[in-house]
Amino acid sequence: MRGAQIFFCLLRDWHIQELNTLGQNGASTTLATTCNQTSFPERCPLLLVLFTSIFCHLAASLPLPPERDHLRPRIDLVAFMIDIKSKYSLKNVEASLAYVDDSFFLGKVCFLVTGVGRVNYCSVEMNAIRNLGEVYCSPVLFCELEVEGSQVATAQRLLRMLEICAGHVPGVSALSFSSLMRNCADD
Amino acid sequence: MAAGAAPRPARRGGRREGGSNGPRREAAPGLVSVMESVEAVARTLLSFGRLSRGLPFGRAHGLSSRDPLLPLAPRSQENADPQRTAFLLRKQWTLYSVTPLYRFSNAHLRDYARLLSAFIAAEKQKGLAVEVGVELDIKVAVSSLPYLKGSDQDQAAILVQLSSRSPASPKNSEEKLIWSGWFCCVSGDNLSKNVPEDFTCLPLFLVNGAECYTSIVGSWFQKTFDCSFRRLAISPLILSWMAAMWTGCKVDKTASAMELVFSVPCLPQPLDISYAIHPEDAKALWDTVQKTPGEIIQEEVDVFMDCLYSHFHRHFRIHLSATKLVKVSTAIASAHCDGIIKVRF
Repeated sequence: MRGAQIFFCLLRDWHIQELNTLGQNGASTTLATTCNQTSFPERCPLLLVLFTSIFCHLAASLPLPPERDHLRPRIDLVAFMIDIKSKYSLKNVEASLAYVDDSFFLGKVCFLVTGVGRVNYCSVEMNAIRNLGEVYCSPVLFCELEVEGSQVATAQRLLRMLEICAGHVPGVSALSFSSLMRNCADD
Repeated sequence: MAAGAAPRPARRGGRREGGSNGPRREAAPGLVSVMESVEAVARTLLSFGRLSRGLPFGRAHGLSSRDPLLPLAPRSQENADPQRTAFLLRKQWTLYSVTPLYRFSNAHLRDYARLLSAFIAAEKQKGLAVEVGVELDIKVAVSSLPYLKGSDQDQAAILVQLSSRSPASPKNSEEKLIWSGWFCCVSGDNLSKNVPEDFTCLPLFLVNGAECYTSIVGSWFQKTFDCSFRRLAISPLILSWMAAMWTGCKVDKTASAMELVFSVPCLPQPLDISYAIHPEDAKALWDTVQKTPGEIIQEEVDVFMDCLYSHFHRHFRIHLSATKLVKVSTAIASAHCDGIIKVRF
């Protein structure tokens, strides 16, 4: 998994702070969110453990600040996170999608929808999310990051996708895998 | 009430609410205010219909994408006696969702009333009731409300009322209504088709009155008809639907402001934001958004709410879309996410 990059667009928080960046050769490089008890790294220690051998970046929205462009290595997978409790996160994702290069949509983008265990808190309409997945030809993964079991399962799925997108799985390309996922979802 | 409408395929990018075959009510100007109250009740009931089905999570080939959402069908409007719907108004109702009742029959309502009243008396004997030191003679009345339903296939609503008369007062004194609850079904055809035989589908239960009576009546129904009750919560998505639907109703000059209450998550101190909008402004906004009178699409509701949110953001720099909508209050009715509604008017 060396050299694989996963980029999380954590688009449900209002503030984001860069905690530490160890540079390209460092172990995990993460940007963490603040002031939010559902902040990603704190709630998902398991995910961090799994990700320490890969580079994991988080950002509140796109585009990324241009100052660090020369430092940023190649990105293999972009995961847009949508919190079903927050319509704002959906709007933010939709706005950020415009800044993603077209080539990423050939299997290197996925939508991660969290909070699905709480239907009573639902502010985002399911059809809107499914449409997003169809319009951008990218798989939509549903998870509940506040539940430990779901965290592990989600992390494993993302890791597997990342392996494929980084080209570490012989015989399977990112594009073929994402078409496979979409066909399964349609059934 | 909503007339039976043929299911339409869900449209990409939005759900069209509205039947193609059912009669559409034209917004007739100069409706008598009494009929307007019935209309308000009907609109509220239709929103209950969405509630009782909930939003199925997952593929949208279920019921939600084919909601018929029509205002009163002419037939129901004629039969609806304003006096009889008056019990709905100006009361706070707590919502429960009910599983289908087994072997419930409209013909035996008097028997049910008698059995329930015996059950309540027995509970009192056991000492499980209710108000300490007050000896109340509780009378149960169970009646059917045939005009309160979503479509012809739906079950007629059932009203249960508990009234009391103190034994000290004379025989012919007025009985005081202490508790009411009613079951209704506003689901349309789809749900009724799938219900197996011997089962009666009345998925929504509305309660006004003391909790102790609610639990007694609830446990009697659970024992007798093998059903189960659960508090119904209303999600922010459905609350925004209600806000849009109720804003569209005709209101008079003295209507109260439309109020939305939001709860801000993830703060050390809980924070509630209350956003009040002048009812005429809200109606004007909704009128520019809604394209076809009598039909509401999800996109129109989204646009309406987005306009309100962006206006708030312009002034206060707060993204209301990141908060949770917990209460919607208009001149017609109000609804809280804990499953409490009130029909005003």
